[in-house]
Amino acid sequence: MSKILIVAEHDGAKLNPSTLKCVTCATKIAGAAIDIVVLAADGAAVAAQAAKVAGVGKVIQVDNAANKEPLAAVQAPQVAKVAAGYTHVLGPSTTFGKDLMPRVAALLGVNQVTDIMAVESAQRFKRPIYAGNALLTLEVPAGATVVATVRIASFEAAAEGGSASIEKADPGVAIPSHTRFVSRSAATTGRPDLQAASRVVSGGRALGSADNFKLIFALADKLGAAVGASRAAVDAGYVANDLQVGQTGKIIAPELYIAIGISGAIQHMAGIKDARTIVAINKDAEAPIFEAADIGLVGDLFALVPELQKALGG
Amino acid sequence: MRRIIVGVKRVVDYNVRIRVKPDNTGVITEGVKMSINPFDEIALEEALRIKEKGLADEVLAVSIGPADTQQQLRTALAMGADRAVHVQTDAALAPISVAKIFHKLVESEQPFLVLLGKQAIDDDNGQTGPMLAALWDRPQVVACSKVEVADGKVTATREVDAGLETLEIDLPAVLSVDLRLNEPRYVKLPDIMKAKKKPLDTKALADFGVAEGAGFTTIKIEPPPSRQKGVMVKDVGELVAALQKKGLV
Repeated sequence: MSKILIVAEHDGAKLNPSTLKCVTCATKIAGAAIDIVVLAADGAAVAAQAAKVAGVGKVIQVDNAANKEPLAAVQAPQVAKVAAGYTHVLGPSTTFGKDLMPRVAALLGVNQVTDIMAVESAQRFKRPIYAGNALLTLEVPAGATVVATVRIASFEAAAEGGSASIEKADPGVAIPSHTRFVSRSAATTGRPDLQAASRVVSGGRALGSADNFKLIFALADKLGAAVGASRAAVDAGYVANDLQVGQTGKIIAPELYIAIGISGAIQHMAGIKDARTIVAINKDAEAPIFEAADIGLVGDLFALVPELQKALGG
Repeated sequence: MRRIIVGVKRVVDYNVRIRVKPDNTGVITEGVKMSINPFDEIALEEALRIKEKGLADEVLAVSIGPADTQQQLRTALAMGADRAVHVQTDAALAPISVAKIFHKLVESEQPFLVLLGKQAIDDDNGQTGPMLAALWDRPQVVACSKVEVADGKVTATREVDAGLETLEIDLPAVLSVDLRLNEPRYVKLPDIMKAKKKPLDTKALADFGVAEGAGFTTIKIEPPPSRQKGVMVKDVGELVAALQKKGLV
């Protein structure tokens, strides 16, 4: 029987929804027992939230002052120790999991399955390669621990309704001091989180300036949507990097994605393949974005976006 | 000798629209343009800049792959790497095996820094950097967008989902780099001629005690499902009507 350990992503106070996606992925493995490990300075609040997730059997709370910030070099040895006896160790394919999980895999002496998008059996998984332009189905050899990251856009969040036990643990491993946290600049926009939002409005290079990007923010606010951007717009300095959508930015799966002035480069499309409905507004009728769009509108964004905002009632 | 090792992977050029083989065993690479993985090119550029600031003495480019991989290593030498090591194999290697090879090289070459791309654009794994750091028991900073080397330490900023995160790490260490770290230089013709004379050592997989094998069994490789053809609307009125019909506004 599969025994699955999920490494919780959190900010010290709140469980990140990415962890709920990992739980759903784990439930696709038939008959699995699912535990969550919370590494924090004081993980009581996060562990309590994790214990309420449906399908979770046990929450392991590892409190240590060194776990205040999610440093991979600090946390990987602890996770590797806690992972003893588990058949699977899962983390989200977010910047947190991409940092931590390969380090855990190496400590366990195995390869990592990156970006699980579908579970076919306890050892067989599907994942995207070549920026999602090909899908690989692979099998982990029998007997090897499965260490994997979960492509969070591919799974729904697990619901509440569980009542897992919470157990404190001390892995008792040496914690390195060679890696030190300095700072984090968190964008506080008051807008919905890009990775969790059901609606996203994104702007591209065609916006032309940071000032013009206000058009995107205004439309997003009208729709209660999160704001995204193409790599070109981020490179040009119109918006911060945390808004980038694409192969090397965020991979998202909103109900509605509105791409404005975005040509649709392969690496951008890799980030929105799972969007339910894609709307594209672009002045170039030949732009590749229209190949993927469910609804396309050719025209000048500087005229169309304010018009759209007005048509939506304001 | 203050040395930097840079990993350089040979991949299908990022401009190529890849096609899956009809028998679902892989993607077509015959007759397709191959290049240095773009993230690795940024890693190499950063290593060269660190050397040009007088903070390193030698940049060693390392690649693992078939005989033709020497093309990418020659490009790396033309960009400015001082020498190259080619670990020749026709086998696809798992990231943990690649990390083991780099670990062996780190033991013999004693670099103060290993720079790698944050992922290769073919398998999109992003594992080699953190795995090497784990085997070596040294710090890692994944997806760096800013790197400063001073006084035996690196202060590096990495792009994370919440914004930017800055870490301070002791050397030696492993850094994997992101797109916005720098813009790699163009290679000039005289540099290509000069690169032909730079040392390029070829080694065998057996020299590193690493077995062939991709780690996992490939069951199949298939193209992604295509999206249903969309509709084009004439104006904002039609767009809003179409969104309303789908219940989206």
